[in-house]
Amino acid sequence: MSSTQSMLELLSPYPPGWGGVLLSGALSTVMISLGAYLVGMLIGLLGAIGKLKGNRPVLFVLDVYTTAVRAIPELILIIGLYYAGTDGLNRILLSLGLPAIEVNGFVAAIAVLGIVQGAYMTEVLRGAILAIPVGQIEAASAFGMRPFLRFRRIVLPALMPNALPGLANLWMSVTKDSALIAVVGYQELALATRLAAGNTKHYFLFFLAAAALYLVITLLSNVVFGLLESRFRRGQPKTA
Amino acid sequence: MNFSWISSYWPLLAAGAVQTVLLLVISVGFGFILAICLALAQVSGPRWLKWLTRGYCTCLRGTPLLIQLWLLYYGVGSLLPLVPGLRGSFLWPIVREGFFFAALSFTLNYAAYEAEVLRGALLAVPKGELEAGRSFGMSSWTLLRRIWLPRAIRIALPTIAGEVVLQLKATPLAFTVTVMDLYAVAYKVRQDTLLVYEPLMVVTVFYVLLTLLITRAFKLLEAQVPARR
Repeated sequence: MSSTQSMLELLSPYPPGWGGVLLSGALSTVMISLGAYLVGMLIGLLGAIGKLKGNRPVLFVLDVYTTAVRAIPELILIIGLYYAGTDGLNRILLSLGLPAIEVNGFVAAIAVLGIVQGAYMTEVLRGAILAIPVGQIEAASAFGMRPFLRFRRIVLPALMPNALPGLANLWMSVTKDSALIAVVGYQELALATRLAAGNTKHYFLFFLAAAALYLVITLLSNVVFGLLESRFRRGQPKTA
Repeated sequence: MNFSWISSYWPLLAAGAVQTVLLLVISVGFGFILAICLALAQVSGPRWLKWLTRGYCTCLRGTPLLIQLWLLYYGVGSLLPLVPGLRGSFLWPIVREGFFFAALSFTLNYAAYEAEVLRGALLAVPKGELEAGRSFGMSSWTLLRRIWLPRAIRIALPTIAGEVVLQLKATPLAFTVTVMDLYAVAYKVRQDTLLVYEPLMVVTVFYVLLTLLITRAFKLLEAQVPARR
Protein backbone atom coordinates (compact mmCIF):
# COMPACT_ATOMS: atom_id res chain seq x y z
CA MET A 1 0.00 0.00 0.00
CA SER A 2 2.77 2.36 0.92
CA SER A 3 4.49 1.70 -2.40
CA THR A 4 1.43 2.86 -4.37
CA GLN A 5 1.35 5.98 -2.27
CA SER A 6 5.02 6.73 -2.89
CA MET A 7 4.46 6.22 -6.62
CA LEU A 8 1.65 8.76 -6.56
CA GLU A 9 3.90 11.12 -4.66
CA LEU A 10 6.65 10.66 -7.22
CA LEU A 11 4.27 11.43 -10.06
CA SER A 12 2.53 14.35 -8.37
CA PRO A 13 2.71 17.55 -10.42
CA TYR A 14 4.15 19.57 -7.53
CA PRO A 15 7.70 19.25 -6.20
CA PRO A 16 9.02 16.98 -4.78
CA GLY A 17 6.91 14.99 -7.28
CA TRP A 18 8.23 14.85 -10.84
CA GLY A 19 4.86 14.95 -12.60
CA GLY A 20 5.23 18.64 -13.35
CA VAL A 21 8.60 18.11 -15.04
CA LEU A 22 7.10 15.34 -17.14
CA LEU A 23 4.07 17.40 -18.10
CA SER A 24 6.13 20.42 -19.09
CA GLY A 25 8.34 18.03 -21.07
CA ALA A 26 5.23 16.71 -22.80
CA LEU A 27 4.16 20.27 -23.54
CA SER A 28 7.49 21.11 -25.13
CA THR A 29 7.32 17.86 -27.11
CA VAL A 30 3.95 18.95 -28.49
CA MET A 31 5.23 22.47 -29.18
CA ILE A 32 8.35 21.20 -30.98
CA SER A 33 6.27 18.74 -32.98
CA LEU A 34 3.74 21.41 -33.90
CA GLY A 35 6.45 23.84 -34.95
CA ALA A 36 8.34 21.23 -36.94
CA TYR A 37 5.10 20.10 -38.54
CA LEU A 38 4.26 23.60 -39.73
CA VAL A 39 7.81 24.24 -40.98
CA GLY A 40 7.71 20.87 -42.70
CA MET A 41 4.38 21.70 -44.29
CA LEU A 42 5.75 24.95 -45.69
CA ILE A 43 8.86 23.23 -47.05
CA GLY A 44 6.72 20.38 -48.35
CA LEU A 45 4.33 22.70 -50.15
CA LEU A 46 7.15 24.60 -51.83
CA GLY A 47 8.93 21.31 -52.55
CA ALA A 48 5.84 19.72 -54.09
CA ILE A 49 5.20 22.75 -56.30
CA GLY A 50 8.89 22.79 -57.23
CA LYS A 51 8.83 19.10 -58.11
CA LEU A 52 5.74 19.52 -60.25
CA LYS A 53 6.53 22.81 -61.95
CA GLY A 54 10.26 23.35 -61.53
CA ASN A 55 13.00 23.31 -64.12
CA ARG A 56 15.88 20.83 -64.27
CA PRO A 57 18.17 22.29 -61.53
CA VAL A 58 15.27 22.74 -59.10
CA LEU A 59 14.13 19.17 -59.74
CA PHE A 60 17.63 17.87 -59.18
CA VAL A 61 18.09 19.72 -55.90
CA LEU A 62 14.70 18.59 -54.62
CA ASP A 63 15.39 15.00 -55.63
CA VAL A 64 18.67 15.02 -53.74
CA TYR A 65 16.94 16.55 -50.71
CA THR A 66 14.07 14.07 -50.49
CA THR A 67 16.23 11.05 -51.29
CA ALA A 68 18.95 11.98 -48.81
CA VAL A 69 16.56 12.69 -45.95
CA ARG A 70 14.70 9.45 -46.50
CA ALA A 71 17.85 7.34 -46.82
CA ILE A 72 19.82 8.64 -43.83
CA PRO A 73 18.86 7.53 -40.30
CA GLU A 74 16.89 10.21 -38.46
CA LEU A 75 19.25 10.25 -35.52
CA ILE A 76 22.29 10.97 -37.71
CA LEU A 77 20.35 13.55 -39.69
CA ILE A 78 19.19 15.31 -36.55
CA ILE A 79 22.61 15.36 -34.96
CA GLY A 80 24.34 16.34 -38.20
CA LEU A 81 21.90 19.14 -38.96
CA TYR A 82 21.95 20.31 -35.37
CA TYR A 83 25.71 20.78 -35.31
CA ALA A 84 26.11 21.77 -38.96
CA GLY A 85 23.21 24.22 -38.66
CA THR A 86 24.43 26.07 -35.59
CA ASP A 87 28.02 25.91 -36.76
CA GLY A 88 27.22 27.08 -40.28
CA LEU A 89 25.06 29.92 -39.04
CA ASN A 90 27.84 31.18 -36.82
CA ARG A 91 30.36 30.94 -39.66
CA ILE A 92 28.09 32.98 -41.90
CA LEU A 93 27.66 35.54 -39.14
CA LEU A 94 31.41 35.61 -38.60
CA SER A 95 32.10 36.21 -42.29
CA LEU A 96 29.62 39.08 -42.21
CA GLY A 97 31.50 40.50 -39.28
CA LEU A 98 28.72 39.85 -36.80
CA PRO A 99 29.24 38.24 -33.40
CA ALA A 100 28.44 34.54 -33.00
CA ILE A 101 25.10 33.69 -31.43
CA GLU A 102 23.97 30.85 -29.23
CA VAL A 103 21.19 29.10 -31.14
CA ASN A 104 18.15 28.47 -28.99
CA GLY A 105 17.65 24.70 -28.54
CA PHE A 106 13.93 25.01 -29.13
CA VAL A 107 14.36 26.83 -32.46
CA ALA A 108 17.12 24.45 -33.57
CA ALA A 109 14.94 21.44 -32.74
CA ILE A 110 12.05 22.83 -34.75
CA ALA A 111 14.29 23.70 -37.69
CA VAL A 112 15.99 20.31 -37.75
CA LEU A 113 12.81 18.25 -37.40
CA GLY A 114 11.08 20.58 -39.87
CA ILE A 115 13.71 19.92 -42.52
CA VAL A 116 13.27 16.17 -42.00
CA GLN A 117 9.48 16.47 -42.13
CA GLY A 118 9.66 18.67 -45.22
CA ALA A 119 11.13 15.87 -47.33
CA TYR A 120 8.36 13.44 -46.45
CA MET A 121 5.76 16.19 -46.73
CA THR A 122 6.99 17.03 -50.25
CA GLU A 123 6.22 13.51 -51.41
CA VAL A 124 2.85 13.33 -49.67
CA LEU A 125 1.69 16.67 -51.07
CA ARG A 126 3.06 15.95 -54.53
CA GLY A 127 1.06 12.73 -54.65
CA ALA A 128 -2.04 14.49 -53.38
CA ILE A 129 -1.76 17.27 -55.99
CA LEU A 130 -1.24 14.71 -58.75
CA ALA A 131 -4.42 12.96 -57.66
CA ILE A 132 -6.54 16.04 -58.39
CA PRO A 133 -8.34 15.64 -61.75
CA VAL A 134 -6.59 17.93 -64.25
CA GLY A 135 -9.93 19.15 -65.57
CA GLN A 136 -10.72 20.91 -62.30
CA ILE A 137 -7.52 22.93 -62.44
CA GLU A 138 -8.02 23.68 -66.14
CA ALA A 139 -11.56 24.81 -65.42
CA ALA A 140 -10.24 27.18 -62.79
CA SER A 141 -7.71 28.62 -65.26
CA ALA A 142 -10.45 28.91 -67.87
CA PHE A 143 -12.41 31.06 -65.42
CA GLY A 144 -9.41 33.36 -65.33
CA MET A 145 -8.32 32.57 -61.77
CA ARG A 146 -4.80 33.64 -60.99
CA PRO A 147 -2.42 30.93 -59.68
CA PHE A 148 -2.76 31.97 -56.04
CA LEU A 149 -6.53 32.18 -56.13
CA ARG A 150 -6.65 28.88 -58.00
CA PHE A 151 -4.49 27.28 -55.37
CA ARG A 152 -6.58 28.63 -52.51
CA ARG A 153 -10.00 27.88 -53.95
CA ILE A 154 -9.50 24.75 -56.02
CA VAL A 155 -6.22 22.94 -55.41
CA LEU A 156 -6.05 23.19 -51.62
CA PRO A 157 -9.58 21.97 -50.86
CA ALA A 158 -9.23 19.18 -53.42
CA LEU A 159 -5.82 18.15 -52.14
CA MET A 160 -6.63 17.93 -48.46
CA PRO A 161 -8.72 14.73 -48.47
CA ASN A 162 -6.04 12.98 -50.52
CA ALA A 163 -3.23 14.20 -48.35
CA LEU A 164 -4.78 13.79 -44.91
CA PRO A 165 -3.92 10.13 -44.26
CA GLY A 166 -0.30 10.83 -45.18
CA LEU A 167 -0.28 14.02 -43.13
CA ALA A 168 -1.68 12.13 -40.14
CA ASN A 169 1.10 9.55 -40.46
CA LEU A 170 3.68 12.32 -40.56
CA TRP A 171 2.26 13.96 -37.46
CA MET A 172 2.50 10.65 -35.61
CA SER A 173 6.07 10.21 -36.75
CA VAL A 174 7.13 13.75 -35.79
CA THR A 175 5.76 13.39 -32.27
CA LYS A 176 7.84 10.25 -31.90
CA ASP A 177 10.89 11.60 -33.74
CA SER A 178 10.93 14.57 -31.40
CA ALA A 179 12.14 12.13 -28.73
CA LEU A 180 15.41 12.01 -30.67
CA ILE A 181 16.00 15.65 -29.78
CA ALA A 182 16.77 14.33 -26.30
CA VAL A 183 20.05 13.01 -27.69
CA VAL A 184 21.27 16.51 -28.54
CA GLY A 185 20.29 17.68 -25.09
CA TYR A 186 17.12 19.72 -25.42
CA GLN A 187 14.72 18.98 -22.62
CA GLU A 188 11.50 17.54 -23.97
CA LEU A 189 9.52 14.60 -22.64
CA ALA A 190 12.14 11.90 -23.24
CA LEU A 191 14.98 13.80 -21.60
CA ALA A 192 12.79 15.07 -18.76
CA THR A 193 11.84 11.49 -18.07
CA ARG A 194 15.43 10.39 -18.04
CA LEU A 195 16.23 13.19 -15.63
CA ALA A 196 13.39 12.26 -13.30
CA ALA A 197 14.21 8.57 -13.50
CA GLY A 198 17.89 9.15 -12.90
CA ASN A 199 17.24 11.32 -9.89
CA THR A 200 14.77 9.03 -8.18
CA LYS A 201 16.09 5.67 -9.47
CA HIS A 202 12.53 4.71 -10.37
CA TYR A 203 13.37 4.02 -14.00
CA PHE A 204 10.51 1.66 -14.70
CA LEU A 205 7.83 3.92 -13.28
CA PHE A 206 8.93 7.05 -15.10
CA PHE A 207 9.54 5.52 -18.51
CA LEU A 208 6.16 3.84 -18.27
CA ALA A 209 4.61 7.20 -17.41
CA ALA A 210 6.35 8.82 -20.39
CA ALA A 211 5.16 6.04 -22.68
CA ALA A 212 1.64 6.63 -21.40
CA LEU A 213 1.94 10.36 -22.13
CA TYR A 214 3.15 9.69 -25.69
CA LEU A 215 0.30 7.22 -26.13
CA VAL A 216 -2.20 9.83 -24.98
CA ILE A 217 -0.75 12.30 -27.50
CA THR A 218 -1.05 9.70 -30.27
CA LEU A 219 -4.58 8.64 -29.37
CA LEU A 220 -5.80 12.25 -29.10
CA SER A 221 -4.19 13.04 -32.47
CA ASN A 222 -5.99 10.05 -33.95
CA VAL A 223 -9.31 11.51 -32.83
CA VAL A 224 -8.43 14.98 -34.16
CA PHE A 225 -7.34 13.64 -37.55
CA GLY A 226 -10.49 11.51 -37.75
CA LEU A 227 -12.59 14.63 -37.23
CA LEU A 228 -10.51 16.61 -39.73
CA GLU A 229 -10.87 13.92 -42.34
CA SER A 230 -14.63 13.72 -41.99
CA ARG A 231 -14.74 17.52 -42.19
CA PHE A 232 -12.64 17.67 -45.37
CA ARG A 233 -14.50 14.76 -46.93
CA ARG A 234 -17.92 16.32 -46.34
CA GLY A 235 -20.01 16.20 -49.46
CA GLN A 236 -17.96 13.36 -50.93
CA PRO A 237 -19.78 10.11 -51.62
CA LYS A 238 -19.10 7.48 -48.99
CA THR A 239 -17.19 4.48 -50.23
CA ALA A 240 -17.30 1.07 -48.62
CA MET B 1 37.95 17.59 -44.57
CA ASN B 2 40.24 15.18 -42.84
CA PHE B 3 39.83 11.47 -43.32
CA SER B 4 43.21 10.26 -42.04
CA TRP B 5 41.55 8.85 -38.92
CA ILE B 6 40.03 6.05 -41.00
CA SER B 7 43.34 4.20 -41.20
CA SER B 8 43.45 3.71 -37.43
CA TYR B 9 39.70 3.35 -36.86
CA TRP B 10 38.70 0.97 -39.61
CA PRO B 11 38.65 -2.15 -37.36
CA LEU B 12 36.22 -0.33 -35.07
CA LEU B 13 34.15 0.80 -38.04
CA ALA B 14 33.97 -2.75 -39.34
CA ALA B 15 32.98 -4.06 -35.91
CA GLY B 16 30.35 -1.33 -35.69
CA ALA B 17 28.97 -2.26 -39.08
CA VAL B 18 28.71 -5.89 -37.93
CA GLN B 19 26.81 -4.81 -34.81
CA THR B 20 24.42 -2.69 -36.88
CA VAL B 21 23.75 -5.49 -39.35
CA LEU B 22 23.37 -7.98 -36.50
CA LEU B 23 20.81 -5.76 -34.79
CA LEU B 24 18.94 -5.41 -38.07
CA VAL B 25 18.96 -9.13 -38.86
CA ILE B 26 17.93 -10.18 -35.35
CA SER B 27 15.13 -7.66 -35.07
CA VAL B 28 13.78 -8.29 -38.55
CA GLY B 29 14.11 -12.08 -38.28
CA PHE B 30 12.51 -12.59 -34.89
CA GLY B 31 10.19 -9.62 -35.36
CA PHE B 32 8.82 -11.15 -38.53
CA ILE B 33 8.02 -14.45 -36.81
CA LEU B 34 6.34 -12.60 -33.95
CA ALA B 35 4.48 -10.41 -36.46
CA ILE B 36 3.03 -13.46 -38.22
CA CYS B 37 1.65 -14.70 -34.89
CA LEU B 38 0.28 -11.24 -34.02
CA ALA B 39 -1.32 -10.80 -37.45
CA LEU B 40 -2.92 -14.25 -37.39
CA ALA B 41 -4.22 -13.59 -33.90
CA GLN B 42 -5.81 -10.37 -35.11
CA VAL B 43 -7.31 -11.90 -38.22
CA SER B 44 -8.61 -15.21 -36.91
CA GLY B 45 -8.06 -15.36 -33.16
CA PRO B 46 -10.74 -15.37 -30.46
CA ARG B 47 -12.02 -11.98 -29.42
CA TRP B 48 -9.90 -11.57 -26.26
CA LEU B 49 -6.76 -12.36 -28.25
CA LYS B 50 -7.75 -9.84 -30.92
CA TRP B 51 -8.12 -7.16 -28.29
CA LEU B 52 -4.84 -8.09 -26.68
CA THR B 53 -2.86 -7.98 -29.91
CA ARG B 54 -4.59 -4.77 -31.03
CA GLY B 55 -3.58 -3.21 -27.73
CA TYR B 56 -0.02 -4.42 -28.15
CA CYS B 57 0.26 -2.92 -31.62
CA THR B 58 -1.34 0.37 -30.57
CA CYS B 59 0.93 0.76 -27.56
CA LEU B 60 4.14 -0.04 -29.43
CA ARG B 61 3.23 2.06 -32.45
CA GLY B 62 2.02 4.93 -30.31
CA THR B 63 5.18 5.47 -28.28
CA PRO B 64 8.67 6.39 -29.48
CA LEU B 65 11.17 3.58 -29.90
CA LEU B 66 13.63 5.55 -27.79
CA ILE B 67 11.26 5.43 -24.81
CA GLN B 68 10.64 1.73 -25.31
CA LEU B 69 14.36 1.11 -25.44
CA TRP B 70 15.03 3.12 -22.30
CA LEU B 71 12.07 1.50 -20.52
CA LEU B 72 13.60 -1.89 -21.20
CA TYR B 73 17.22 -0.97 -20.58
CA TYR B 74 16.87 1.26 -17.53
CA GLY B 75 13.50 0.07 -16.22
CA VAL B 76 13.46 -3.67 -16.76
CA GLY B 77 17.24 -3.75 -16.62
CA SER B 78 17.19 -2.33 -13.09
CA LEU B 79 14.63 -4.92 -12.01
CA LEU B 80 16.42 -7.92 -13.54
CA PRO B 81 19.06 -8.34 -10.80
CA LEU B 82 16.17 -8.83 -8.38
CA VAL B 83 15.16 -12.03 -10.17
CA PRO B 84 16.53 -14.82 -7.97
CA GLY B 85 19.14 -17.03 -9.58
CA LEU B 86 19.49 -14.97 -12.77
CA ARG B 87 22.80 -13.43 -11.76
CA GLY B 88 24.51 -16.77 -11.45
CA SER B 89 22.92 -18.35 -14.50
CA PHE B 90 24.47 -18.68 -17.96
CA LEU B 91 22.00 -16.06 -19.22
CA TRP B 92 23.48 -13.24 -17.17
CA PRO B 93 26.36 -12.33 -19.53
CA ILE B 94 23.79 -11.89 -22.33
CA VAL B 95 21.11 -10.20 -20.29
CA ARG B 96 23.36 -7.56 -18.76
CA GLU B 97 24.50 -6.21 -22.15
CA GLY B 98 22.94 -3.20 -23.82
CA PHE B 99 22.89 -5.20 -27.04
CA PHE B 100 20.35 -7.62 -25.60
CA PHE B 101 17.95 -4.82 -24.69
CA ALA B 102 18.44 -3.06 -28.02
CA ALA B 103 17.76 -6.25 -29.95
CA LEU B 104 14.76 -7.06 -27.77
CA SER B 105 13.11 -3.65 -28.04
CA PHE B 106 13.80 -3.38 -31.78
CA THR B 107 12.26 -6.83 -32.27
CA LEU B 108 9.14 -6.02 -30.28
CA ASN B 109 8.75 -2.67 -32.05
CA TYR B 110 9.34 -4.07 -35.52
CA ALA B 111 6.84 -6.86 -34.85
CA ALA B 112 4.13 -4.33 -33.99
CA TYR B 113 4.56 -2.41 -37.25
CA GLU B 114 5.00 -5.53 -39.35
CA ALA B 115 1.91 -7.16 -37.82
CA GLU B 116 -0.25 -4.32 -39.13
CA VAL B 117 1.23 -4.76 -42.61
CA LEU B 118 0.70 -8.51 -42.55
CA ARG B 119 -2.81 -8.16 -41.18
CA GLY B 120 -3.75 -6.10 -44.20
CA ALA B 121 -2.01 -8.54 -46.53
CA LEU B 122 -3.72 -11.58 -44.97
CA LEU B 123 -7.07 -9.91 -45.51
CA ALA B 124 -6.12 -9.04 -49.09
CA VAL B 125 -5.62 -12.64 -50.21
CA PRO B 126 -8.51 -13.44 -52.58
CA LYS B 127 -11.19 -15.50 -50.85
CA GLY B 128 -11.46 -17.83 -53.84
CA GLU B 129 -7.92 -19.11 -53.42
CA LEU B 130 -8.55 -20.00 -49.78
CA GLU B 131 -11.83 -21.69 -50.70
CA ALA B 132 -10.08 -23.62 -53.44
CA GLY B 133 -7.51 -24.82 -50.94
CA ARG B 134 -10.23 -25.89 -48.50
CA SER B 135 -12.15 -27.72 -51.20
CA PHE B 136 -8.99 -29.72 -51.87
CA GLY B 137 -9.32 -30.92 -48.30
CA MET B 138 -6.37 -28.98 -46.88
CA SER B 139 -6.31 -28.69 -43.12
CA SER B 140 -6.22 -25.13 -41.86
CA TRP B 141 -2.50 -25.47 -41.03
CA THR B 142 -1.65 -26.73 -44.52
CA LEU B 143 -3.79 -23.98 -46.02
CA LEU B 144 -1.94 -21.40 -43.99
CA ARG B 145 1.47 -22.79 -44.83
CA ARG B 146 0.90 -23.42 -48.53
CA ILE B 147 -1.47 -20.69 -49.63
CA TRP B 148 -2.55 -18.05 -47.16
CA LEU B 149 0.81 -17.01 -45.73
CA PRO B 150 2.93 -17.19 -48.92
CA ARG B 151 0.32 -15.18 -50.82
CA ALA B 152 0.05 -12.62 -48.04
CA ILE B 153 3.83 -12.20 -47.79
CA ARG B 154 4.06 -11.67 -51.53
CA ILE B 155 1.36 -9.03 -51.39
CA ALA B 156 3.14 -7.32 -48.51
CA LEU B 157 6.65 -7.58 -49.97
CA PRO B 158 7.04 -3.97 -51.18
CA THR B 159 5.82 -2.67 -47.82
CA ILE B 160 8.09 -5.07 -45.95
CA ALA B 161 11.06 -3.72 -47.91
CA GLY B 162 10.15 -0.23 -46.71
CA GLU B 163 9.76 -1.45 -43.13
CA VAL B 164 13.18 -3.11 -43.17
CA VAL B 165 14.81 0.13 -44.35
CA LEU B 166 12.98 2.02 -41.60
CA GLN B 167 14.25 -0.55 -39.12
CA LEU B 168 17.81 -0.04 -40.36
CA LYS B 169 17.38 3.68 -39.81
CA ALA B 170 16.19 3.02 -36.25
CA THR B 171 19.26 1.00 -35.25
CA PRO B 172 21.52 3.98 -34.35
CA LEU B 173 19.32 4.46 -31.27
CA ALA B 174 21.17 1.47 -29.81
CA PHE B 175 24.12 3.76 -29.15
CA THR B 176 22.17 5.36 -26.29
CA VAL B 177 22.36 2.04 -24.43
CA THR B 178 26.11 1.51 -24.89
CA VAL B 179 26.00 -0.69 -28.00
CA MET B 180 29.07 -0.06 -30.17
CA ASP B 181 27.20 0.10 -33.47
CA LEU B 182 28.21 2.16 -36.51
CA TYR B 183 26.86 5.38 -35.13
CA ALA B 184 28.51 4.83 -31.75
CA VAL B 185 31.85 4.43 -33.57
CA ALA B 186 31.28 7.78 -35.29
CA TYR B 187 30.54 9.27 -31.88
CA LYS B 188 33.73 7.82 -30.45
CA VAL B 189 35.78 9.17 -33.35
CA ARG B 190 34.27 12.57 -32.73
CA GLN B 191 35.24 12.45 -29.09
CA ASP B 192 38.76 11.26 -29.85
CA THR B 193 39.63 13.48 -32.78
CA LEU B 194 37.17 16.40 -32.42
CA LEU B 195 36.07 15.89 -36.03
CA VAL B 196 32.30 16.31 -36.23
CA TYR B 197 31.28 15.86 -39.84
CA GLU B 198 33.75 13.41 -41.35
CA PRO B 199 32.82 10.39 -39.19
CA LEU B 200 29.13 11.18 -39.64
CA MET B 201 29.64 11.27 -43.40
CA VAL B 202 31.46 7.96 -43.46
CA VAL B 203 28.80 6.12 -41.46
CA THR B 204 26.09 7.81 -43.52
CA VAL B 205 27.64 6.30 -46.63
CA PHE B 206 27.48 2.91 -44.91
CA TYR B 207 23.81 3.33 -44.10
CA VAL B 208 22.94 4.51 -47.59
CA LEU B 209 24.82 1.58 -49.11
CA LEU B 210 23.00 -0.82 -46.80
CA THR B 211 19.70 0.78 -47.82
CA LEU B 212 20.54 0.30 -51.50
CA LEU B 213 21.51 -3.31 -50.79
CA ILE B 214 18.22 -3.99 -49.00
CA THR B 215 16.11 -2.44 -51.75
CA ARG B 216 18.05 -4.38 -54.40
CA ALA B 217 17.60 -7.64 -52.48
CA PHE B 218 13.87 -7.10 -52.18
CA LYS B 219 13.61 -6.22 -55.89
CA LEU B 220 15.24 -9.55 -56.70
CA LEU B 221 12.95 -11.31 -54.25
CA GLU B 222 9.89 -9.70 -55.81
CA ALA B 223 11.09 -10.69 -59.27
CA GLN B 224 11.09 -14.34 -58.19
CA VAL B 225 7.36 -14.42 -58.62
CA PRO B 226 6.08 -13.45 -62.05
CA ALA B 227 3.18 -11.09 -61.56
CA ARG B 228 0.65 -9.94 -64.08
CA ARG B 229 0.08 -6.24 -63.82
